[in-house]
Amino acid sequence: MVFPRGGVRALAPIDLQLNRGEFAALVGPSGCGKSTLLRLVAGLLEPTAGSLSIENRSSGEVRLSNAHTLSFVFQQAALLPWRHVAGNVSVPLELEGISKSERNARVEEMLRLVGLEDFARALPHRLSGGMQMRVSLARALATQPSVLLLDEPFGALDEITRQRLNEELLRLWGNDGFTALFVTHNVYEAAFLSQRVLVMSKRPGQIVADIAVPFEYPRDSSLRSEPEFARLTGDISRALEVASS
Amino acid sequence: MKEFIKRAALVVLPPLLVFVIVLVVWHVLAVRLDVPAYVVPPPGRVLEAAGESGSKLVRATLLTGAAALGGLAISVIVGVIVAFAFSQSRIIQRALYPYAIFLQTVPIVAIAPVIVIWVGQDIRSVVLVAHIVSLFPIITNTTHGLTTVDRSLLELFQIHNASRIQVLLRLRFPNAIPDLMTGIKTSSGLSVIGAIVGEFFAGYSESSQGLGFLIQFWSGQLKTAELFAAIFASTLLGLAIFGATSLIGDSITSRWRD
Ligand SMILES: Nc1ncnc2c1ncn2[C@@H]1O[C@H](COP(=O)(O)OP(=O)(O)OP(=O)(O)O)[C@@H](O)[C@H]1O
Ligand SMILES: [Mg+2]
Repeated sequence: MVFPRGGVRALAPIDLQLNRGEFAALVGPSGCGKSTLLRLVAGLLEPTAGSLSIENRSSGEVRLSNAHTLSFVFQQAALLPWRHVAGNVSVPLELEGISKSERNARVEEMLRLVGLEDFARALPHRLSGGMQMRVSLARALATQPSVLLLDEPFGALDEITRQRLNEELLRLWGNDGFTALFVTHNVYEAAFLSQRVLVMSKRPGQIVADIAVPFEYPRDSSLRSEPEFARLTGDISRALEVASS
Repeated sequence: MKEFIKRAALVVLPPLLVFVIVLVVWHVLAVRLDVPAYVVPPPGRVLEAAGESGSKLVRATLLTGAAALGGLAISVIVGVIVAFAFSQSRIIQRALYPYAIFLQTVPIVAIAPVIVIWVGQDIRSVVLVAHIVSLFPIITNTTHGLTTVDRSLLELFQIHNASRIQVLLRLRFPNAIPDLMTGIKTSSGLSVIGAIVGEFFAGYSESSQGLGFLIQFWSGQLKTAELFAAIFASTLLGLAIFGATSLIGDSITSRWRD
């Protein structure tokens, strides 16, 4: 992947396959092309070389089909400040032409799932950062995507809120069974959430390690204090260090 | 409602206080320095003149106000449409922007007589002049709001396959509302100036006379006290329109603020 402006070579050739329903985390040094890879998968960018498919279709086709199979969670909550919480969750449903009654039902369900049913009529700027991120998650999952892409979604939150949202995200994943690709700087977060941790080298990024995470689901916060968990995060950190040098 | 009154009081009271101080100083100076009344009439004399020509002044203020608001309203409609076009195409923006700047820089006193020749000696000319001077801030502010949308929000709409129209109406336009309100606020004062300048030239008929007409008429007769009364009526009109648009704008945009 090469950007035309400035000719930045952001990504080296990458051969990556995610299985359906898999939870993968992607870690790598800053500027190595993680967001670029996610944008490619989302069909927001066209690869300069090579191809990319989701369930055997290109991401452009997926987007244009009626399958509505892909959602993206951004680094900031990216809410529309003029719409209240329920209105924000409803945005993708409106864009995809879902009827009003079905929209309302789904919005209500999503808000219940993220524990924000009492805040349906609140404006985003009245919510804490963690709550805004919950709204963002609810919005992404409202369309019942089969692929969820997350670009450092909890990076701006404090540690406690981040951990709580990690647990919540796993619960939602357990319910819906979407395929998740989760970008993070945080090796603990990567290990806690995922079944495999992909480590990217610095720019032009390529995947230099693919570390399996053996822990059973459902996982809860006690996992973070297990010695096995510490060993694994140690491995990931080392791989990341090698990749960054 | 209580909130609204409190906000209104906050907007109105401080400038009113300044006004009262200026009146006092003016009165003291006019009396002490013994300035002839046709040069600087004391405030009491102006008040008297305002009383004598009261109904005339009120009618003139209403007429000028209506023309200014009419011009402003047209500017909002035209300005938003032009900004829509600018936001959709760089080429359109490049092609038309110099002419938008022309609106801003052309001396309106030079254009107003031409407009009166083309449109006629009536309120339509006045509305048109008010429109021309109040258009530019609305175009630029709204265009700014339409084109500075958060990248993630644009990508969100793109991922969910939004059409250009959906992006414009559900994302860009709401995003531009606070900027539009800023533009309207800036333009409200300009529209009053435009209407008065328009009236200098359009003049109206004997039966309908705006503030611009009265100002010219009384200055020609050296009726300085009446002239001052008309100037104050103009200022009050500008303040009233600015105050109203500010209040409406602020209450609309309160939900945008974070
Ligand atoms: N639109 C673009 N045009 C040109 N270069 C770009 C563009 N977008 C990103 N880049 C460059 O591509 C490289 C990879 O960027 P990317 O945002 O994918 O990195 P990242 O791994 O997500 O970094 P971070 O961890 O800081 O978020 C960077 O060097 C960046 O400057
Ligand atoms: Mg990034």
